[in-house]
Amino acid sequence: MRAASQQNVIALYESAALLQGSIPCRPAAVGVIVAAPSWSRRPERRMDDVQAQDAGADRRRSALMAAAQAGDGVAYQALLRDCIPVIKSIARRRGVVADRIDDVVQDVLLTIHRARQTYDPSRSFTAWLSVIADRRAIDLLRRTRRQDVREVHAPLAFESHADQEADPAQGLAHADATGTAACALASLPTRQREAVQHLVLEERSLADAAVLTRRTKGSLKVNLHRALKALRGRMEPRE
Amino acid sequence: MNTSSNSGSAHERLIRDLATDLAPVRRLRPPSVRALAWLAVVVATAIVLAMIADLPALGRRLAAAPDMWLAVTGSALTVILAAIAAFQLSLPDARRAWALLPLPAALLWIVASGVGCLRVWFVPGTHAADLNEARDCLIFIVGLSVPLSALLIIMLRRACPLQPGLTAAIAGLASATAAATLLNFFHPYDAAATDLTVHVFAVALVIVANRAFSGRLLATNILRSDVTRALDRSN
Repeated sequence: MRAASQQNVIALYESAALLQGSIPCRPAAVGVIVAAPSWSRRPERRMDDVQAQDAGADRRRSALMAAAQAGDGVAYQALLRDCIPVIKSIARRRGVVADRIDDVVQDVLLTIHRARQTYDPSRSFTAWLSVIADRRAIDLLRRTRRQDVREVHAPLAFESHADQEADPAQGLAHADATGTAACALASLPTRQREAVQHLVLEERSLADAAVLTRRTKGSLKVNLHRALKALRGRMEPRE
Repeated sequence: MNTSSNSGSAHERLIRDLATDLAPVRRLRPPSVRALAWLAVVVATAIVLAMIADLPALGRRLAAAPDMWLAVTGSALTVILAAIAAFQLSLPDARRAWALLPLPAALLWIVASGVGCLRVWFVPGTHAADLNEARDCLIFIVGLSVPLSALLIIMLRRACPLQPGLTAAIAGLASATAAATLLNFFHPYDAAATDLTVHVFAVALVIVANRAFSGRLLATNILRSDVTRALDRSN
C-alpha cells in the first residue's frame, strides 16, 4: 500500500517535471527555480502544478458547457463524460454506498441537462457541478434512509409469500397466442410475411429492409399495411 | 468488473440520449434582473389599484401617523428582497442562506405594524379595524397573492430549483407581502391587534400553501421534463 502511494507521488513529480518542460517559462521564473534548493521547492511546485491543472480542467469544462448551451452535442458528450469521476468522488465523500453511486451519477447528469440554461460561463463550472452533485448525493441518502425505515429485511417471508395475482393458466394462454400468431404469420403471402419479418420482428429500418428484400420502400410499406390488416383479421376472437 | 462495465454502459447510453438532438438553450438572465421583471408586474398592479383607491384618505392617514411609512417601507423592502431571494434560490447551486435575505425588512415591517397596534390602545379616538374589515383584509391578501404567486412560480420554473419547498415558501412570502403592501391603498386606518393577527395569518397561509402546492410543482418540473423521457429511452 505504502509502496503504491510512493509510486504515485513519484509519478506525480515526473508528470509535473514534464509539464514544466513543456510550458515555456519566463527567464526570471526559471532562474528562481534553479537558484532555490530542490528540497524546499518541490512541494510548492507540485501544489502549483495541481492548481494549474485544476484551473485548466475547469476552464475546459466551462468552454464545453458554453458550447453545449449553443447546441454542440459532441462537446456536451465530452463534458458529461468528464463530469462522471468528479460526481463519483463527491458521492463517495458524502458517504453514499458503493452500489448507489451510479444512481447519484445518473441523477446529476439529468440535473445538469435540465439546468444547463442556468449555468453562467463566467463562473467556475466545477464549483457549479460540485454543489449539484453534493445536493443530489444528500437527496439520495435521505431517500435511502426513508426507504430503510419503511422496509424490513425478511428474505424467508418474501420467498414464502404467495402472489395473489399469479395465474397458472397465463403461460398456456401466452403459448397459445404465440402459436396462433405464428400460424397467422405463416399463412401470409411471402411479400407480406417478409415485410413483417424485417420491419416488425427484426426492427430494421425501411431503408435496410428495402436493400435486403430488393424492393422499394413504398412496396414494403404497402405490404406491411396489408399484412397487419390481415393479421388483425385472423387474430381477432370470433363470436 | 461486470457491474462496473454495466454501469459504464448505462451512463454512456444516458449521455448519448441526452446529447442526441441537443437543442440550444438561452441562458437565464441574472436573478436580480428576473426579479425586477416580476416586481414590474407588482408596480403595474399598484398603479391600477391606485387609480381606484381613495388616495386623499391614504394621504391624511400617512400625515397623521408617520410610523406607517416605516411599516410600508418595511413591507415594500420585504417584497423586493424576497423576490430576489426566490430567484436566487431557484438556481441549482444556490445557497440556502439566501432565504434569510428578506428577514431584516420583515422584522422592520412587523415591528412598525406593532407600533400602530399600540397607538390604538393608548391614543383615544383612533379608528381600528373591526372583524368584518379584518376579514376583507384576509380575502384581499389571499386573493391578490394567488395570481402573483402563480406568475412567480411560472418564472421560477424556468430555472431548476433543487430546494423546491424553500424556494416556493420564499416566493409565497414575496407574493403575500406584495399583496399586504398593496392593501394599504384600501386600509386607511391603524392595524389593531386582531387586524395585525389577520395580516400575519394571511401571509402565513399563503406561504404554507405555496410550500405545499407550488413546491410540488417546482419539484415535478424536474421529474416531468424531457429529461425523464431521456431516462426512459436509456432504460
